[in-house]
Amino acid sequence: MLEVRDLNAYYGKSHILHGVHLDVGDGEIVSLLGRNGVGRSTTIKAIMGMVDCQGSVKFKGDEMVGLKTYQVAHRGLGYVPENRDIFPTLTVRQNLLLGQKSARRTGRWKMDDMYELFPRLGERADTQAGVLSGGEQQMLTLCRTLMGDPELVMIDEPTEGLAPKIVEQVAGLFEEIRKRGISILLVEQKLAIALDISERLYVMGHGQIVFEGTPRDVRENAAMRKEWLEV
Amino acid sequence: MEFFLISLLNGVSYGLLLFMLSSGLTLIFSMMGVLNFAHASFYMIGAYLAYTLGLKLGFFPALFLAPILTGLFGALIERFGLRKVHRYGHVAELLFTFGLAYLIEESVKVIWGLASMPYRIPAVLDGPLFTLYTTSFPKFRGFMMLVALAMLFSVYLLLMRTRIGLVIQAALTHPQTVEALGHNVPRVFMLVFGGGTALAGLAGVIGGAAFITEPSMAASVGPIVFVVAVVGGMGSLAGAFLASLLIGIVQTFAIALDWSLAGMLAAVGIGVTESTPLYSLWKLQLSQVAPVLPYLLLVLMLIFRPKGLLGTRAD
Ligand SMILES: Nc1ncnc2c1ncn2[C@@H]1O[C@H](COP(=O)(O)OP(=O)(O)OP(=O)(O)O)[C@@H](O)[C@H]1O
Ligand SMILES: [Mg+2]
Repeated sequence: MLEVRDLNAYYGKSHILHGVHLDVGDGEIVSLLGRNGVGRSTTIKAIMGMVDCQGSVKFKGDEMVGLKTYQVAHRGLGYVPENRDIFPTLTVRQNLLLGQKSARRTGRWKMDDMYELFPRLGERADTQAGVLSGGEQQMLTLCRTLMGDPELVMIDEPTEGLAPKIVEQVAGLFEEIRKRGISILLVEQKLAIALDISERLYVMGHGQIVFEGTPRDVRENAAMRKEWLEV
Repeated sequence: MEFFLISLLNGVSYGLLLFMLSSGLTLIFSMMGVLNFAHASFYMIGAYLAYTLGLKLGFFPALFLAPILTGLFGALIERFGLRKVHRYGHVAELLFTFGLAYLIEESVKVIWGLASMPYRIPAVLDGPLFTLYTTSFPKFRGFMMLVALAMLFSVYLLLMRTRIGLVIQAALTHPQTVEALGHNVPRVFMLVFGGGTALAGLAGVIGGAAFITEPSMAASVGPIVFVVAVVGGMGSLAGAFLASLLIGIVQTFAIALDWSLAGMLAAVGIGVTESTPLYSLWKLQLSQVAPVLPYLLLVLMLIFRPKGLLGTRAD
């Protein structure tokens, strides 16, 4: 479904990604791991056309490199930014409305589905999003992207700083997303979750993919974990 | 009392006209970070177009058409000018709008000539609206207030009650996130620039008829508009509204009052005569310094409260 080949990305003159390759299949959950600053967020942003890049990103067979960010989104790629990037002065409902790509097109997710999955969002539908708790904001960014009916969602560090109970809820949402036939590319720090829910994992170091395999491969390869993941 | 009421109304109507001008500048600035130096030039374009169209079609059709044409021109400038310059940063954009202001002024001179246009208030709107004792309030001033309030209300509805308004609000602060959700943010920028310049054009249709339509009109309102935007707080519409009224009222009262320091001192029993040192300073009347007051406010504001009345931006 998503095939990234020889992707190079730049911030101005600094060359951040050096030939990244990765694949995500239909209905698959794939994780992208690595230490801070290795270029995981940059990889997702490059796929979305948000940074200067060269190389190839094929989605459902079509080339994404060279398209504008909003065009990439319209092809069915969803992006959930890190740092709970909600619109703080708008209400929860308005945030969700902005997730929809047009007023007419409604996808497999309805506003009520979101409120059912996260009753807290329903209770606070008319509250300014800026006053929600960190966990609630995180759910809002996720739900907002789902409202746009993506076929593949790329989620950047969704569980960062969340309480264990909410982390469980979020992991539950990933299962729900997969059940509806949507693929996930997940950037995650918490190895336990990534190993739990992913079919396959990639590990990044210095702007390149340094390892790929199944959760089992990662569990068995202590040397790789020590070199690229543990702090 | 009658003087006070009429001056207040005059001040408010002038303030509302200023708001028509500064709201566009403020919207454009808060969304795109572009300080549009040519903003007042769109005011001038609005006035000239309204005059020319008005000759054929009459004032009221021109009142609608001139702002639309001005906005279309603004949208083209954004699409084929500013957007290309954008990648070179804000300084390049600033220089671009600076050059544009001169270009528009010179073009206006070439097309319409150097003299001022006989652009007049239409007969139906001429004359006094009402008279309080001996002072009258012109109909056209009332019309000016009506148009400004209608505009304010429509912009508010557009921003608060429509989907595109929601997109604009979100893109003001988070353009990248909004675009990643699938919204065509570059097009939204073009619409905002077109809309902002259309508002300036509308102000020109009204201001040109009320005051004067000549090639230097942009240069003469330009600085005031910037004062309003800075005093209100760059990027804050509510701030621009407050500052417009404030400056409109202060200006109007100052022009109408012949207070001087000498007069005040005389009132408390201190005589000032020609032999008093700095006599000319004491004798200076408020109406004489009125044109400088907005700039005084600007300078004081930048020193004591650089983010403006309601601004949130620190830079
Ligand atoms: N806007 C930017 N301008 C310049 N350099 C950047 C920018 N954003 C990121 N970088 C640099 O690019 C490299 C990769 O950043 P990226 O955000 O992709 O890291 P990451 O793997 O997501 O890590 P984390 O999210 O934990 O910080 C880092 O060295 C970072 O300093
Ligand atoms: Mg990151």
